[in-house]
Amino acid sequence: MERMTIELPRTARALPHTDPVSFIDPAGRPVEPGLHAGYTLPDAQTLIRFYRRMVRARRFESQVTALTRQGRLATYPSAFGQEACEVGAASALAEDDWMFPTYRDSAAILTRGAEPGDILGSFRGDWHCGYDSQGLRTSPQATPLATQTLHAVGFAMAAKLRGTQQATLTFIGDGATSEGDAHEAFNFAAVWQTPTVFFIQNNQYAISVPLREQSNATMLADKAVGYGMPGVRVDGNDIAAVFAVVSAAFERARRGEGPTLVEGLTYRLEAHTNSDDPSRYRSAEEVDIWRTRDPLTRLEAYLRSAGDLDDESVAAIAADAEDLAAHVRELMNTEAQVDPTEIFAHVYAHERPQLREQRALLEAELAAAGPAALSQPTTQPQPAPEPQRAGA
Amino acid sequence: MSAPATRASAAGAQAGASERRPAAPAEAQDASAGRPQGDSQGQPQGHSQAQRATAPGARPKPVTMTKALNTALRDALAADDSVVIFGEDVGRLGGVFRVTDGLRDEFGPERVWDSPLAEAGIIGTAVGMAMAGMRPVVEMQFDAFSYPAFEQVVSHVAKMRNRTKGRVELPLVIRIPVAGDIGGVEHHSDSSEAYWCATPGLTVVTPSNSADAYSMLREAIDAQDPVIFMEPKSRYWSKDAIELPVRTESMYCARVVREGTDVTLLAYGPTVRTALETAEAGAQDGLSVEVIDLRSLSPFDDATVTASVRKTGRAAVLHEAAQFGGYGAEVAARVTERSFFHLAAPVLRITGFDIPFPSPKLEEFHLPTPTRILDALETWEWEL
Repeated sequence: MERMTIELPRTARALPHTDPVSFIDPAGRPVEPGLHAGYTLPDAQTLIRFYRRMVRARRFESQVTALTRQGRLATYPSAFGQEACEVGAASALAEDDWMFPTYRDSAAILTRGAEPGDILGSFRGDWHCGYDSQGLRTSPQATPLATQTLHAVGFAMAAKLRGTQQATLTFIGDGATSEGDAHEAFNFAAVWQTPTVFFIQNNQYAISVPLREQSNATMLADKAVGYGMPGVRVDGNDIAAVFAVVSAAFERARRGEGPTLVEGLTYRLEAHTNSDDPSRYRSAEEVDIWRTRDPLTRLEAYLRSAGDLDDESVAAIAADAEDLAAHVRELMNTEAQVDPTEIFAHVYAHERPQLREQRALLEAELAAAGPAALSQPTTQPQPAPEPQRAGA
Repeated sequence: MSAPATRASAAGAQAGASERRPAAPAEAQDASAGRPQGDSQGQPQGHSQAQRATAPGARPKPVTMTKALNTALRDALAADDSVVIFGEDVGRLGGVFRVTDGLRDEFGPERVWDSPLAEAGIIGTAVGMAMAGMRPVVEMQFDAFSYPAFEQVVSHVAKMRNRTKGRVELPLVIRIPVAGDIGGVEHHSDSSEAYWCATPGLTVVTPSNSADAYSMLREAIDAQDPVIFMEPKSRYWSKDAIELPVRTESMYCARVVREGTDVTLLAYGPTVRTALETAEAGAQDGLSVEVIDLRSLSPFDDATVTASVRKTGRAAVLHEAAQFGGYGAEVAARVTERSFFHLAAPVLRITGFDIPFPSPKLEEFHLPTPTRILDALETWEWEL
């Protein structure tokens, strides 16, 4: 901890390369080795696994968006087009690491191993966070922008103080880099040298506002330099590059060398949410350009040309993704199982008299409304009352 | 302002041990049953007050609230390795009020350290540390400087348990020096309790004396929920004769600190002293004033307050914060809803004016005084 007081710069002050780190070009061809920037290309088996995960992630996104249009979910912010960032960064996490995602990072949470129904519970409106944060080592999806970046830094600080090998990954968007919490998180992480990876998914728009109206930085990765940490720009639609860069940042973090800021260049091919109208702020031509940079088609082309993927395996992977979609449809076409009285159950560790009174009020209302309103049994265990005496 | 001699007190077990989740909590709703009668920060009333439990042979010594808080932090750090302290100037300097004095030297910079100067950063990283199983105790240097952290407190600290169905707990304490009467310049004298109390998920407590300062802070650190711990700046240097460590009533309970029969004054933090001065002055005129130290603003101890108000039939709530939309409105509403037919007069709010906190030379005109309080009580029709 004394290292927190070191006066000398702890990181190189060189600006990140303007050329994003990449391995595979949009057409699926290997890029010139200079663009590898010293990073290691994942092996073929790893890339095939990533391809499968991205296909699943995309099918998940498209299915959930469709269900949202049908009114089965209240809202859904899609990451369609950003699968390389979502899957690539999340795949770099070790078992005990923690991830701190935003509302758009459902695909990363799926990659982390969450059950689809647990992810979608919040978007259907069942509960704010449906998955088990402790079990998945994934914080609830943050809706306020950039707030979760500080949680990632704090968690990493705890890991550092305790000498565990845990590191943390947090996602933010290009727009959220304008938030004060992002600045504070970058600064705290760098000063405390926490094992944290900040992954900026620069998808070019904060809902409707383009990056050029969000930041005057030449590129977002440059921001790292001012905080005294390394910044890396990566082709966010090249999952090989995303995984390599984030994995290297984790290795660095575990060596005790502190945080890294990664900017992934990507694009949200769909609307911000189902209630958004992208035609108001971006052209179809622009979207078409980004479609040619699609993360899935390029990896598929790359693996096919290397002989690592064929029609049969592609079909099998697609069928697996269809199974996932069918599962999601089945889950979301059933009514949510909610217990009205559970709204009182998780506010405090101990039940407060005020909440006990209010729960009794709701229970009386439900009883008066009859069995129809009480379709769910009110069996939710409530917390014990508060202690009356300290140390008693 | 001269304070009457105070003997902060409480009955309670001496307890140096850190105990979490008391095994058999009593019903919080049952009035004062089984609860030690509060005793006097003011004049001893001579009836059934439990005496402070002190170790045999221990001789109570004058202890400032700052010393009591400092000792509580030291004992908590010693008792539990997961307790860490960070914030602005809390390390080498020991805090601008010296509440963390000596702790960095004693426990090292891995346990007590100076953070970058950013309140949202302090609270936000404390959230992450608590998620990892630590018990951060962080300091907002002054009340009004906590506002940059408002979003972290309201959207995350208060809601994490709820968002995660209890799977993620945040056992963290946010210490905030609050209120005025210290000649503080702009932004150094706010009373921000209404903001925190309006936020479900937070526990908001404030001690008014050294014994409670120690006991309530230990209890807050041991709690499984986040606690806003408001420290009344004007009381930092006041002394009470106590022996540390000390344990008083649960921090969730209000306490009758002076018994009376004519009117109940509901006070907390810095206004407890004001209420006791008022009671003393009122006694000269034959007015018997009961004073309750609320201690816990959220949750609110309806039982203790209701019992008192139904006895006296009249109640007034005191605070430094502005009146409109202030905490006193909640208190007055609760008292009225529960005890309307026991009241002989409307519940009064005697508070700071509805103005930004004034500059040092003007604050004495803003803060409620015994004279203003007694004048307000005289507006009631007493001959009914």
